[in-house]
Amino acid sequence: MLIFTLRRLNLFLFTLVLLTVLSFSLSFLSPGDQITNISGQINATPEHIELVALQYSKHESILIQYWVYIKHLVNGDWGVSMHSQMPIAEEILNHLPATMELSLVALLIAMLIGIPIGFIAAAHHRKVADNIILSFAMIGYSIPIFWLGLLAILIFSIQLAWLPSAGQISLVYEIEQVTGFQFIDILLSDNPYKWQAFQNASAHIILPATVIAIAPATIFIRLARTAMLNVLDTHYIKAAMAKGLTRQQIIMRHAIRNSLVDVIRDVGLQFANLVTLAMVTEVIFSWPGIGRWLIESIYQRDYTAIQGGLLALSSFIFIVHILTDFIYASLNPLAREAKYGS
Amino acid sequence: MTKFTPYQPLYLLCTLLLFTLFGCDLSNEVSLSENSVIYCSEGSPEVFNPQLVTSGVTIDATSKQLYNQLITFSASDNTIAPSLAKSWHVTRDNKRITFYLRKDVHFHQTNYFTPTRPLNADDVLFSFNRILDSNNPFHQISGGKYPFFQSVDFSELIDSIEKINDYTVRFNLKRADSSFLANLATDFAIILSKEYAEQLMKLNLPDLIDNLPIGTGPFKLKEYRTGSFIRFSPHSQYWNGAPQINQLLFDITPSNTGRLTKLLAGECDVIAYPIAQEKIRNNPQLSLDQVTAFNIGYLGFNTTKFPFDNKLVRKAVAHAINKQAILDTVYFGDAEGVAASTIIPPSSWAYDDKIPVIEYSVSKAKILLEQAGLSDGFTIDLWAMPVQRAYNPDAVTMAKLIQADLKKIGITVNIISFNWQEFLRRLALGQHQSVLLGWSADHPDPDNFFTPLLSCRSAETGNNRTFWCNQAFDHLLQQALATTDVTERKAFYHQALQIIHKELPLFPIAHSKRFQARSNNIHGKLLNSFGGIDFSGVSKN
Repeated sequence: MLIFTLRRLNLFLFTLVLLTVLSFSLSFLSPGDQITNISGQINATPEHIELVALQYSKHESILIQYWVYIKHLVNGDWGVSMHSQMPIAEEILNHLPATMELSLVALLIAMLIGIPIGFIAAAHHRKVADNIILSFAMIGYSIPIFWLGLLAILIFSIQLAWLPSAGQISLVYEIEQVTGFQFIDILLSDNPYKWQAFQNASAHIILPATVIAIAPATIFIRLARTAMLNVLDTHYIKAAMAKGLTRQQIIMRHAIRNSLVDVIRDVGLQFANLVTLAMVTEVIFSWPGIGRWLIESIYQRDYTAIQGGLLALSSFIFIVHILTDFIYASLNPLAREAKYGS
Repeated sequence: MTKFTPYQPLYLLCTLLLFTLFGCDLSNEVSLSENSVIYCSEGSPEVFNPQLVTSGVTIDATSKQLYNQLITFSASDNTIAPSLAKSWHVTRDNKRITFYLRKDVHFHQTNYFTPTRPLNADDVLFSFNRILDSNNPFHQISGGKYPFFQSVDFSELIDSIEKINDYTVRFNLKRADSSFLANLATDFAIILSKEYAEQLMKLNLPDLIDNLPIGTGPFKLKEYRTGSFIRFSPHSQYWNGAPQINQLLFDITPSNTGRLTKLLAGECDVIAYPIAQEKIRNNPQLSLDQVTAFNIGYLGFNTTKFPFDNKLVRKAVAHAINKQAILDTVYFGDAEGVAASTIIPPSSWAYDDKIPVIEYSVSKAKILLEQAGLSDGFTIDLWAMPVQRAYNPDAVTMAKLIQADLKKIGITVNIISFNWQEFLRRLALGQHQSVLLGWSADHPDPDNFFTPLLSCRSAETGNNRTFWCNQAFDHLLQQALATTDVTERKAFYHQALQIIHKELPLFPIAHSKRFQARSNNIHGKLLNSFGGIDFSGVSKN
């Protein structure tokens, strides 16, 4: 496990370095002055620009410039947004938790829907139920998310008026931002309307999270189905059958647990896909997350925000990948062997 | 079954989720949204001080909510009414105006400022001297630009402002100007707190005066997140009675469809500039407010050029145009505009309902052209503005309709358009024969229509696009400005309108409307003919 961990950390650091190189090069590749792009200082006086240039060692070689850039990043100085003139690090801390919260709830929904249905499909392999589930999974995977989002708003917000269409929580609730995670902040706050706020926030997250969850759920259906079929095909299941256990007992006691291990490995892989879907959905549902912020920054040609946002978002996705790898490895010792054995 | 199956946590989770959403009955508590009003506005304010800008978004978010003016326009008939000044006196020569201030008017108490005294004359002096006196320490803060006041030549007009005593202020003018009071009643002429300014100066943070506002208005600023929302809380010591709602929120939603969706889903109580008005009208839970705005869309004739230097031709063209068809097509029936008979909208006190609408009659038009000796027909250029404005949502379509109408009396019309800047530049030079244009007023004083649109002075600067200059008309305008007696002024303006009707330098087409949609549980008047939205009298149930 130690070697596994070291290998993962090594990969993590190397990827982070590559990401910062990419982000650093963006300040040269984006139109305009490099110092403005990296610091976000617009309309500054020439003296001020010169000062910023000194801070970023503009007159040194490119390697030193990169090194200084890394130092700035590590110190939490990510420049200021060209549009709002707010520190990028602060903007990211304001917006990233909302995206994480939305993605996590979506992931939970996708797993809760997808995995059991996938198991059901596998249990009825090549029967009517299996075919119906697979057809629906195909449809669910093919629907464009922006269309699904608009359809959901049309039906559940406008026609039925069951659920809100935009935002994270109704503005009437004043929740102080502590962690940035809406639900945690609500529970931490001493607002007398805490429970109302909690219900309101729950109602707000249902539509966007479900819309995001549809595509990953269909993937989980197929993953869970394949995993279960593989397990059912193994010798120990056959042995259990020979011992005289009923099919239901076999599935409940052996197959589900063992196939879950396989599914978990793919959860991490699905997460990147999920965050991409979340970014589109945030725009449709006006969710105040990093995706909407990043897309707005692109519209406004806010290059500092684009660099910082991409760096934060990609590191976040990468961290999730590594974490799922760890969880998988801790659940399944065979995986550890496979990862560094060959 | 005692064994723990994988499905059990799932059941537990579902139960928990259902409980979260529907389980807790909180009927013993009053829901917070019941006494909060959410207004979905179309943009973020640039700054929290309307002295500095003319943009509607900023005016909506600040003027009527956070501040008061010395005087205001009465909501019912647009006459000037008392506000922070409980009364005022104008001398006979119309050059000295004395305001008597209301006592016990309290400024906002917030977590960044606690006032120690109520409003007095020092605050009024400070607010206006900031604009007028370039040596005032606050003049240059936020750029030193006061666009409205500069446009009405405020510093040229005012000789001095004196403090007579703590509750009396006198404005000494260099010349008589009866639109002066109307200018002071606009949303731009707000009163700031001098005490707050001094405190900020001590802290060396003078910029905050325009960003963390302190006023005397019905609401105080609690929180603002750029591009996201503004949170106001009620000013419990408001001199005109504390607001009936606990919270006022501006939810900044720039997209038209986004605002409509939020209104339909009940996330907004009031929305700005609604689209799909039919849908709102048909919804029993919503209502659509409309008010005829103070503007005019017109067809202007260049009276210095052939053929419109001839009054008969101008009249012939006016008779030949089917105004109803234009209203139906360009203003969607009566949905977005009303037919205009004069340049003044009917809600103005200077309006004269005796002025007849010019009748649509092709035969009359033909007779007039014959009298002018032009019955053989001719060709004219008609300039159509390239941009959309409230007073004229689609000038090019309007021009096409006029083209078809004029063809019937033998006039061939070439429609001409440039980009907006070029269009205005060439108009000012008088290169056009006729033009489709309009005008939106800054305040309801009728002079704001007459002088900029048709006076000789503005013909010289090119603002008067008809280049019409009539001495008798100009004389009437000057007489009207020199007096403060409304009845007298009204008589002068009625005469002026008669002259316009007879001479017809421009053909008035329509006054457009301003719209707002709200859910039926919001009560109170919000929308004014001009200026910003006002939430002070709003209640919710």
